[in-house]
Amino acid sequence: MTGAHAVLVAVGVILTLAAGGTIYRIAVGPSLLDRVLAADVLLAVLGAALATEMAVNRHLDNLVLLIAVSVIGFIGSVAVARFVSDRRG
Amino acid sequence: MDPSPTPLDLLIDLLSIVCILAGCLMSLAAAIGLLRFPDLLSRMHAATKPQVLGLLLLLTAVGLQLRSWAVVPVLLVAWIFQLLTVPVAAHMVGRAGYRTRHVHRELLTVDELDEVVQSAARGETPDGRPE
Amino acid sequence: MIRKRISLRQELPLLVWLVVVWAALWQDFSPGNLLFGALIAVVVARVFYLPPVELSGRFSLPQALLFAAIFLWDVLLASFQVFGRAVFSGPRVRNAIVAVPLRSHSDLMVTATGHVLSLVPGSLVVEVDRSTSTLYVHALHVATPADVQRIRRDVRRTEAWLIRVMGSKTELAALRGESVKGTEP
Repeated sequence: MTGAHAVLVAVGVILTLAAGGTIYRIAVGPSLLDRVLAADVLLAVLGAALATEMAVNRHLDNLVLLIAVSVIGFIGSVAVARFVSDRRG
Repeated sequence: MDPSPTPLDLLIDLLSIVCILAGCLMSLAAAIGLLRFPDLLSRMHAATKPQVLGLLLLLTAVGLQLRSWAVVPVLLVAWIFQLLTVPVAAHMVGRAGYRTRHVHRELLTVDELDEVVQSAARGETPDGRPE
Repeated sequence: MIRKRISLRQELPLLVWLVVVWAALWQDFSPGNLLFGALIAVVVARVFYLPPVELSGRFSLPQALLFAAIFLWDVLLASFQVFGRAVFSGPRVRNAIVAVPLRSHSDLMVTATGHVLSLVPGSLVVEVDRSTSTLYVHALHVATPADVQRIRRDVRRTEAWLIRVMGSKTELAALRGESVKGTEP
């Protein structure tokens, strides 16, 4: 199955580039909110990888993990946003 | 994997490949937006929104590959969770960003919120928008 | 703590939603599982009490399905627009924060409109003024006053759809009167 293999390689390249971009943004900043936003996207990239793996291997085992990851991203963003507004007034 | 792949199977496989690739491209779009947009609020547009479509496409691919109607409700619930949480997080971060002066004002052509904030700071009535 | 009694009719949408989530997570829609889910839903709604959401008591399923289709199409279109904007405009993008006064003053409609706007790429609710039910929308790529008008029209169109789906009768009547009157933005 070379066709499926090519698709997997393409997905790997795309997601690696996306993860690299978000990690660069986390490192550079410039502000805390930018970093939180980028971390959220990094979690979404992770979610995309989990979903692709489910589709390729035909199971649903990662779905709970997928939801957990997105909930963690949500709680993290909201918590940091509140923290930032409180601190600076 | 199947003993004899029918044309329908091939079609489903093709569709799910398209969904997977498009869904992953949405993640890449978010990353490119994060890198290229100049300020926090425009980055937020790129970061949070393409994920909504991306996850929908990826979950569609999962559903297609599992070839079962029983999984559709779970996948739908997973997507709806995302629909409910994404705007809340985006609003919270955006509001915190605006209030803590993370917005680059020179990048805004119109800022009608600023007028209201200014008039409130001058002690005018909060509901009377200027003009 | 004094709790306002809420009628079962008001609570029903929440309970139904909880049961659907329960059954979906188990991937089992058999009567026994639904019954057990309903039991848990009632216990959860009683123990973890939240202020009831005030629904208008009107819900149009055909309009909701139509709106869902339009919403998905908007998301699809706008996702690629934002993608293109990120790749081609990049750092040169110009934005705006536009104040959009809404028709409805119910919390539910304002929240739902803001939620839908935030989901469609290209617009983001930065601030809400609840007393005047005004949304302050941050929009991507706004260069001219015509663009500002377009944003305002789009937001009000979204609200009009939501009123058609689940607005109260008075809101719906007001909307009808407006469209008869003609070219309201």
